Amino acid sequence: MRIVDFFLIILGLLVLFTALSVVVLSLTWLERKFLGRLQRRLGPNRTGPMGLLQPVADAVKLVLKEDILPSSADRAIFWVAPLVVLVPSFMLWVTIPAAENLVLRNVDMGLFYIIAFSVITILGLVLAGWGSANKYGILGGLRSSAQLISYEIPVIMVVIAVAMMAQSLNLIHITNFQLPGIQSITPETARLEAGIQNVPFAVLQPLGMVIFLIAGLAEVGRTPFDIYFAESEIVGGPFVEYSGAHWSVFFLAEYMNTFIIAALTALLFLGGWHGPFNPTSPQWLESLVGVVWFLVKTYFVILVIFWIRGTFPRLRIDQLMAFAWQVVVPLSFANILITGVFMYYGWPWWSLTLMSLTLSSVIGYLIYKHVTAPARKVAEVYNRRRMIERQPRRQAGRQSSGPSAGPEEAVSGG
Amino acid sequence: MSEPLFVIVAILTLGGGLGVVATRNVVHAALFLLLSLVSVAGIYLLVFAEFLALVQVLIYGGAIIIVLIFAIMLTRSQEYPRISDNPQWPLAIVAGLAVFGVLAASFLWNLPPASEPEGPGLAKIGESLFTKWAVPFEVVSLVLLVALVGAIIIAGRAGDRE
Repeated sequence: MRIVDFFLIILGLLVLFTALSVVVLSLTWLERKFLGRLQRRLGPNRTGPMGLLQPVADAVKLVLKEDILPSSADRAIFWVAPLVVLVPSFMLWVTIPAAENLVLRNVDMGLFYIIAFSVITILGLVLAGWGSANKYGILGGLRSSAQLISYEIPVIMVVIAVAMMAQSLNLIHITNFQLPGIQSITPETARLEAGIQNVPFAVLQPLGMVIFLIAGLAEVGRTPFDIYFAESEIVGGPFVEYSGAHWSVFFLAEYMNTFIIAALTALLFLGGWHGPFNPTSPQWLESLVGVVWFLVKTYFVILVIFWIRGTFPRLRIDQLMAFAWQVVVPLSFANILITGVFMYYGWPWWSLTLMSLTLSSVIGYLIYKHVTAPARKVAEVYNRRRMIERQPRRQAGRQSSGPSAGPEEAVSGG
Repeated sequence: MSEPLFVIVAILTLGGGLGVVATRNVVHAALFLLLSLVSVAGIYLLVFAEFLALVQVLIYGGAIIIVLIFAIMLTRSQEYPRISDNPQWPLAIVAGLAVFGVLAASFLWNLPPASEPEGPGLAKIGESLFTKWAVPFEVVSLVLLVALVGAIIIAGRAGDRE
């Protein structure tokens, strides 16, 4: 490798880091504004026009804040842990393409690379919890490892299904595969392509996309799944003892990971940088429009993620683990199964959509029934009680007996 | 292979290994082990074995170190900060040197042919894994399944006792 190449890579990493920091700042602003609107308030609106300078103010405040080292903490581990969390989530961005030729390093096994490096984040969280010598920190660390390892499996399985259809682990190949008129990458896919081509994988595998989004949310600890730093239970989990710049490193990593999940959803399922309007003649224009499409799709997924955060309450830890092992993992295996059957027999493309939709709606109905079961039970008991209450009162009007007979009867009957 | 990079990665690997042996803190030892294992992944990358390098990061860097730290956190909470010297350390040095000698000798005995500058690629690896090496592959997965079932049985018994 020449020295020039080396410096170019360093330069690229610097540019990437700057861009990601700007993206994270924009995300914090967007999240606050959007959540504010969801909750019928204005959100930040004092610093700068429409509160646009709020993230800058926050960043300055965080950097100026004092970094506190707990007296009984393990100094080395306490300081290393934020880096162990941040570095992998930054490394992932090296291989994520924003347009066909706008990627720092196009790794041939890009998807596998992403999966391999995202695992290290777990280690950082566990170390952070352990190193801060705080019981809530350790609890949070244990929770995070249980949660992240459980939800790693569905992510990998869904990604396998996508890679099966695209016959590649290269993110550029996978994205291009969702475009009409692509030459077959391997001869085996020729038969397949007749059915698949020009359809984004979101249409082919709606179930896969939903699983990916859910498991991805759990992987980055967004709100319905943020039990490992649940403020109301374990006051911040692994991050309890962190403050100032080190806490902001965790914060940066969390938002980078959220952005990665959104970007991967856009690339794997929504067709990445391809869109209805795509000029091809000057290359810079093609790249520019590609980046715009990519960002539009990514920010759309991000808004969905914020919307979920504003809508759903946090799960309990047992609910979370049960949901992972009883619903999401089996579904992801079923997703691979139907994809394999579909590919082996070479059925037309809509058959996979149909299978996927059927499976997801059946499971969704079962989940709905299960989740609303207590509420329906309450409603049933309430209605029965009201009926029982009403009958004696009518009799009471006629016979003028004691008024308290009704409720007692209802309690013993219910 | 680029020599300076190899030297850096090799020093990291060896330093990590020495750190594992030298440090008195179990968790620090686990971290040094992580450094060593990830550096091994770097060596794989330098000889164009990308798949192996990623597997190394995923399995050793992720799974095994996490399980190690888990075990340390859950079991040795009282005596955590210091490890006392194990009286078996001279024996361990002999065993380590013997393993190193066997590996080095077998490597020097029949030098492998100079490898191709490019890795075989994922498709070839997958093909040979499911045709030529299908039986060992399945045996490995069977072993993992047995371990999984055993773990569940042990955990179930512990639950019954309560």
